Amino acid sequence: MRLEPIANPALTRRLGLPALALAGTVVIASLLAMIAGAQPFSVLGLILKGAFGSKFATLETLNRATPLIFTGLAVAVAFRAKLWNIGAEAQLYMGAVVTVVLGTGALAWPAAALLPVMAVAAMLAGALVLLVPTFLKTRFGVDEVVTTLLLNFIVLLWVSMLLEGPLKDPMGLGWPKSARLIEEARLPRIIDGLRLHWGFGLALISAAVVWVIQRRTTLGYEMRAVGLNAGAARFAGIPVNATLIKTALLSGGLAALAGFSEVAGLKGNLTLDISPGFGYTGIIVAMLALLNPLGVVVAALFVAGIFVGADSMSRAAGVPTYLADIMLAVALLLMVLAIMLTKFRVRRG
Amino acid sequence: MTLNTAPIVLRLDRITKRFGALTANDAISFELRQGEVIALLGENGAGKTTLMNILFGHYTPDAGSVEVFGQPLPPGNPRAALEAGVGMVHQHFTLADNMSVLENIVLGTASLWRPGFGRAAARRRIETLMQDYGLRVDMEAEVGALSVGERQRVEILKALYREARILILDEPTAVLTPQETEDLFATMRRAVARGLSVIFISHKLHEVTAISSRVVVLRHGRLVAEAQTADTSAAQLAQMMVGAEVATPKVRQATPGAVRVALRGVTTPDRGSAPGLKAVDLDLRAGQITGLAGVSGNGQAALADLIGGLIAPASGALRLSDAPVTGWSPRAALAARIARIPEDRHKTGTIADFDLTENAVLELYATAPFSRRGWMNWRAARDFAQKVITGYDVRCPGPETRIRLLSGGNMQKLILGRVLETTPDVVLANQPVRGLDIGALTYVHEQLLAARDRGAAVLLISEDLDEVTALSDVIHVISEGRLSPAFDRGALSVAELGVWMAGEGFDHAA
Repeated sequence: MRLEPIANPALTRRLGLPALALAGTVVIASLLAMIAGAQPFSVLGLILKGAFGSKFATLETLNRATPLIFTGLAVAVAFRAKLWNIGAEAQLYMGAVVTVVLGTGALAWPAAALLPVMAVAAMLAGALVLLVPTFLKTRFGVDEVVTTLLLNFIVLLWVSMLLEGPLKDPMGLGWPKSARLIEEARLPRIIDGLRLHWGFGLALISAAVVWVIQRRTTLGYEMRAVGLNAGAARFAGIPVNATLIKTALLSGGLAALAGFSEVAGLKGNLTLDISPGFGYTGIIVAMLALLNPLGVVVAALFVAGIFVGADSMSRAAGVPTYLADIMLAVALLLMVLAIMLTKFRVRRG
Repeated sequence: MTLNTAPIVLRLDRITKRFGALTANDAISFELRQGEVIALLGENGAGKTTLMNILFGHYTPDAGSVEVFGQPLPPGNPRAALEAGVGMVHQHFTLADNMSVLENIVLGTASLWRPGFGRAAARRRIETLMQDYGLRVDMEAEVGALSVGERQRVEILKALYREARILILDEPTAVLTPQETEDLFATMRRAVARGLSVIFISHKLHEVTAISSRVVVLRHGRLVAEAQTADTSAAQLAQMMVGAEVATPKVRQATPGAVRVALRGVTTPDRGSAPGLKAVDLDLRAGQITGLAGVSGNGQAALADLIGGLIAPASGALRLSDAPVTGWSPRAALAARIARIPEDRHKTGTIADFDLTENAVLELYATAPFSRRGWMNWRAARDFAQKVITGYDVRCPGPETRIRLLSGGNMQKLILGRVLETTPDVVLANQPVRGLDIGALTYVHEQLLAARDRGAAVLLISEDLDEVTALSDVIHVISEGRLSPAFDRGALSVAELGVWMAGEGFDHAA
């Protein structure tokens, strides 16, 4: 079996194959549900119902999608420039730490002044975390996959130290968690009475902003050129290293907003389990979205829907929630395969 | 017409291959007889490489069949082709640089892990092959240390070691000096004398007439002519290739002006096996085409990178219009009105997945009117792309086409247009017509001459000696990073230039 490149894939191929990948995911998930001893279609129905079946469920899904949009955008922006940022998790935690440091009374300002300052400070902190590996890459050619990945563990242990020490809530009965944010530092709800905070709005705005940056600005042109062909970009006079640094600032900042939004919008304080791997799931989201910033929103909703839906499905049908993880993995694998098959044709012999 | 009655060793029968809407090979049939050299002639994109890839099993044909020594060859199976006795020497060598010549030749036929792997026997066989075919290479040398000509000999030995009876040579002379080409032809003559058959791919007509017994001409995927070489002339062949009379560029007298770029004792670091520049002095004058002749990999890349702004001199001085440069970079070169046509239009000149608009402004994107305060003005960019497309005859569906879908010639016209639209003072043309068909080639040459007549200083770097001698007002030869003195047009014969290319003139001249 060999692969033969397709010069100009038809639209049916470009759209049909990803659709087929999603259909394949549904089929495989149904089979797995059957093996687990449930009615296959009822399981899918239950997931859908659990994710979008009620106002409460939908809001829950939107809340869960919010950090995934941020980390998905962070990854999409970086990957577009071929800056392999695997460290969105670390950047998220840095954003969360800064949010707690500024939001627990250190700055006694009104919300209108405090929240933007917190958000910008969080972004700077996240950007800084990605800046170090990016410098190592541009200066010494150190592989950023390794450095960003390892920084995740370093930052997580550092946050753990903070929560056992300087940031520990004195009223926390010994639990490793921070004090709660003051009222002015909390992101308000979008509609009164509905459990959906402005973090989601900020995520949507961020997606639109990233889209505009990529398509309409000089920086976006540079980022895409560097990602597609750094050699040609350098030849044409595009400052490749400066572009990578700017990309790192944007990507790290976006990932940090996930931490800001989770602490200031949802949780109200910082614990070590604030992110169940949002940074890594962001990679899946970005890949499913084919690195398109608007696609990230859709992919994040899809992924969040599966997680939220699987929770309620497992309660109703008695199938383990692991099914959600498997579905995501299958969706990603099939999507990657579909992307490859839009570019190559399989030949026998 | 003399009737050749030698047995048929290879029969291609109505080979058809389509890539989407493009028919790369359209029902091509021909036969190769024992002891025959067939020249496969055609412009780039005529389907020569596709046909050879089918023959060698890299591609599966959509229709038609290949027969070797009377046996049908299973499609899409390079191993079967090898075993049937077909040996191919690719344009880009497939050798392991860190292994010795002997190991490279034996590679794939015996396990190198087996102690000794019959080394002595292999050595004896290769020794005999070298004797028989006049191919001299040091068997213990590491391939990475060999010259291009030597590497090609290793490739041929590799094919002979596998007992190839049919040799396919894909543009073998593109990387050779005139003398090395003569040696290669001597080897080919010995091979056919020993009963081998050769398919020789080229678009250099005088070589085709010198070595082949028969010519097969492809045009737009079709076999348009098949003839005994003796019965045709170079002019007829050229006409068959392009389907029209070929116009050689009319070179008008140049009127050289001031020195636009001057190099004084410039040295740049070596890069791997490619030498850097060694104390190079060079003047590029306005209104003059300076040609740089030389065998590939002798420092041309370093000179191109230096003038293009990608590297700065390690020692010595680079001066522009008599002012020394500081902070040398691609942007600085662009600001100094140096137009750059890079050697590799696919990898350096364009971004394959960008559309024509995005590629047209690749060097200008950060300047007005394409960018204002960090925002791209796509309307202005599209207008510029459209201007280049119409002004330089870029055949394409429109400015929003991804450039990877364009042919090499149209890609090169876009690059040419985007740099010449800025009316540059200096034009750096590095292999500007490599791989182009004759139509595009003539066009590029005319544009370079027009730029010269407008007063630009043109540096033409080419491995094609004919191109350099036809266009240049003065010629330098580069060898091992050293630059010969300037020779006026016609001052040296091809043979004399070849001596310089082989690095032999420098010792007397210095």
